[in-house]
Amino acid sequence: MSEGIGAPVKRKEDKRFLTGKGKYTDDIRMENQAYAAFVRSPHAHARVKAIHKATAEGMPGVEAVLDGHQLTGDGIGNIICGWAITSKDGSPMNMGAWSALATEYVRYVGDAVAVVIADSKEEAQEAALAVEVDYEELPVAAHIDAALAGDAPQIHENAPGNVVYDWEIGERDATEAALASAAHVTEMDITNNRLSPNPMETRAAIATFDEAEDHYTLYTTSQNPHVARLVLSAFYAVAPEHKLRVIAPDVGGGFGSKIYIYPEEIACLWASMKTKRSVKWTGDRTEAFLTDAHGRDHVTRARMGFDGDGKIVGFQISTKANFGAYMSLFSSAVPTYLYATLLSGTYNIPNIYCEVLGVYTNTVPVDAYRGAGRPEASYVVERMVETAAREMGRDPADLRNINFVREFPHQTPVIMNYDSGDFEGNMRQAMEAADWAGFAARKAEAAGRGKLRGIGMSCYIEACGIAPSQAVGSLGAGVGLWESAEVRVNPVGTIEVLTGSHSHGQGHETTFAQVVAERFGVPLDSIQIVHGDTDKVQFGMGTYGSRSGPVGLSAIVKACDKVEVKVRQIAAHLLECEADDLVIEDSQVKLPGTNKALGWHEVGLAAYTAHNLPADMEPGLKEGAFYDPENFTFPMGCFIAEVEVDPDTGKTEIVKFVASDDFGVIINPLIVEGQVHGGIAQGVGQAMLEEVVYDATGQQLSASYMDYAMPRADDLPSFVVAHHNTRCTTNPLGIKGCGEAGAIGSPPAIINAITDAIGNNDLSMPATPSKVWGLMQSAKIAAE
Amino acid sequence: MENTNYHKAASAADAASLLSGAEDGQLIAGGQTLLPTMKARLAAPSDLVDISGVADMRGVTVSGSSVTIGAMTTHAEVAGDASLRAACPAICDLAGKIGDPAVRHRGTIGGSVANNDPAADYPAAMLALGATIKTNAREIAADDFFTGMFDTALDEGEIILSVSFEAPAKGAYAKFPNPASRYAMCGVFVAQGAGGVRVAVTGAGNDGVFRASDMEAALGSNFAPDALDGTSVSADDMLSDLHGDGAYRANLVKVMAKRAVAAIA
Repeated sequence: MSEGIGAPVKRKEDKRFLTGKGKYTDDIRMENQAYAAFVRSPHAHARVKAIHKATAEGMPGVEAVLDGHQLTGDGIGNIICGWAITSKDGSPMNMGAWSALATEYVRYVGDAVAVVIADSKEEAQEAALAVEVDYEELPVAAHIDAALAGDAPQIHENAPGNVVYDWEIGERDATEAALASAAHVTEMDITNNRLSPNPMETRAAIATFDEAEDHYTLYTTSQNPHVARLVLSAFYAVAPEHKLRVIAPDVGGGFGSKIYIYPEEIACLWASMKTKRSVKWTGDRTEAFLTDAHGRDHVTRARMGFDGDGKIVGFQISTKANFGAYMSLFSSAVPTYLYATLLSGTYNIPNIYCEVLGVYTNTVPVDAYRGAGRPEASYVVERMVETAAREMGRDPADLRNINFVREFPHQTPVIMNYDSGDFEGNMRQAMEAADWAGFAARKAEAAGRGKLRGIGMSCYIEACGIAPSQAVGSLGAGVGLWESAEVRVNPVGTIEVLTGSHSHGQGHETTFAQVVAERFGVPLDSIQIVHGDTDKVQFGMGTYGSRSGPVGLSAIVKACDKVEVKVRQIAAHLLECEADDLVIEDSQVKLPGTNKALGWHEVGLAAYTAHNLPADMEPGLKEGAFYDPENFTFPMGCFIAEVEVDPDTGKTEIVKFVASDDFGVIINPLIVEGQVHGGIAQGVGQAMLEEVVYDATGQQLSASYMDYAMPRADDLPSFVVAHHNTRCTTNPLGIKGCGEAGAIGSPPAIINAITDAIGNNDLSMPATPSKVWGLMQSAKIAAE
Repeated sequence: MENTNYHKAASAADAASLLSGAEDGQLIAGGQTLLPTMKARLAAPSDLVDISGVADMRGVTVSGSSVTIGAMTTHAEVAGDASLRAACPAICDLAGKIGDPAVRHRGTIGGSVANNDPAADYPAAMLALGATIKTNAREIAADDFFTGMFDTALDEGEIILSVSFEAPAKGAYAKFPNPASRYAMCGVFVAQGAGGVRVAVTGAGNDGVFRASDMEAALGSNFAPDALDGTSVSADDMLSDLHGDGAYRANLVKVMAKRAVAAIA
């Protein structure tokens, strides 16, 4: 069977993962290793009056107890947000200072105040408990409304009213006018629930300072080790960039939460210099709940207007986004350029206006989480369209169909320019797979069993392949979002591919190798993918936003282009023919119609012996490339959920789930299907189970699996996954990306199905049994 | 977790003596509640006395309709015991749905009963079956044993040896699991035996497991799901948390009770 593009090759990396041989940060042991334990605030908002360290310092095994004053005294910089957003009035966003260890104030439960370094983890933890901190408790704003209330406490001095920014996109007046003249306007309040990312591997770091070399090494759970090194050196001044090696070894899931640089990595690096020991920290699950950046947490008011034919004429959205207590690395971009730019959905909408109020609260920082802004946009658009269809008495599929974008490229009113797609094709495929037409009969049958059956659809679109550097730069991004690759053909013909992408579950070692194997006609096993180490790999931007395929692989293709040119030149020289006439396949470079051929390995050897190369050619066979995408890519799809609600308990069972996606060209259908399954599982989690709950004092009530409901196998149906792909026109392989689609498209399909079942559109996520039952009771009471 | 001294008891008497000699001793059976509690530093006993290996505290004996289950019998053993299934399938089904396989192979009936977690399953079974809790000091009727959330009639240092009951003519347990923890948000055990109908509710009450006497009376005169239509429990007496308020749990009590009855009526 082929091992190239489109082949369902089993993952190469699974041998080590499934046999317990993966090497994660916590598996690494250094000589003379010490352990860090953090002293964390039990209060959501307080002034730090004093830190009493003497008892802890005298405890067994304790090397040091370090606090924020020492940290800032050593010149360690504040944690930054890397995307500058400008408010409506032209003012820059109001970013409060975030020190890795708090000095004057703590602003959320879990905020680190000090760190204990000790010989063992247990000693470090015992001593951390013995550090006494005098707090003066301050009023708390744990939710968006509380933070915006007139009497709200001021969380950061330079963010008046706790507003980070008041941003807008689109045309306000034109949109208002369109809504004013609309034949029908649907209005809804829509909440996007706050989620905890819950990667299987908790965050961890181990930092080593080599005094003799004046050099630092940091192993950490990162999705983007070069970005980590950049900010650790350029902004936090922990170590100069050329004296800092960051390694992200096997990483057990990220979902966005491991993009950011957290206080713990900074503290471990700094403490390794202070103590001259390797310093290790592995977060436990409670710390993950308390300190990993959360996702979502939007409150939105939306109005969508339609003309008499059902065509959308205007869409106005007003969103409040919760940032938590500090601005995390990409947080500012999530509810703006990653959210509002997708509010056109799969539809022709002539007028869109969206305003977003970014709000500080006394909660853990909020940043990108699988989908990052796009799930929030899809949820708003798809719930609005579905509800509008119900209000107007129109078939929801037909209403979508008459509004679909059909001509490409399509410029939306909110920046994005869609390059390709057949939106109706995906919808028809999903409807057929779901037996949409037979739903009424199934609903009647379910009613006979006392169950309320509902069906719901979502025609999501998202933007992947983040992102064209110049474009994002003009929108405030502090970095370029290209990707890099180096392809090294060894003297024996085996190949190493050094990629700036990072795999933390995506299967790059397989898919990237498949592309190169196909390109050079060599066996998959002869290719090694190298990633995650700043000393091995050239600067790269890492993995998030479903960018490894569209951007990371494009860089590899570009480097392969250069390798191929040289291979052809060498072979043409040795075979005495024209380079363009040669064919590269089956581990050979050959001239068709002749017996002239060189083994792939012979070309490699010729390049490195350099005994007989074309005149002026450099020896060796290694090429690098940087690829900057010309556009985002636009995966889309139609998801259909069918549910049965038990009216006695409010419990919903998903009885059928169909996904028809357009991912462009697919490298490995097995891995893509896995990504879709995982994404839908997370979407089901958001729609029905998961929610971070804070009480008014800022305590997280859901900070363990006793109360935070993760999706389990028995919460999920067997998914039907189909594809109706159109080639992406803006990257060499035609890839659109698939990593987040499942999580983006599924929540609205599920909520649309449940609201269909219970006949009440006023349902928020998660649709827990008690919430669904309560809604049905209040509807019953209202009817009486 | 803080440091603790571990002792493995050879017998119940040995355990009692180890416990009395400890500064702040604590019995440990399967440890499925105690160990997580200790890891969270919510408990820090100076000494752990492990009774899980005491052989004569383990195993199921069925003699006619009389059932005795050793306190250290695991949930998996209860779930899988053929003679018990023949006598009282409801308790096997209940045990088979506690936690996950790892929990079921460590957790014990004695540990669950002694802990009296308000969301644990076994207390409902004990109460509905009118079980007798036998300790190293005495025998205690289930009606007298469960005295409130995490509270029992056990004295300091008293050790449960076994539980026993007469298998009812009919019995069923219906449980609505918490979406996150999968503990019972509401579990109702209904038993119809020589002594009449007993209905015990776990997971829902704000003072732990309780008997629903109105439901018992209604079912006593008509053992059918519909008989429960006119009954109710007060929402004010129910737990209320982020997973559901008192009204929701009160509803669940009735729904689960009806389902338990429907399964055996």
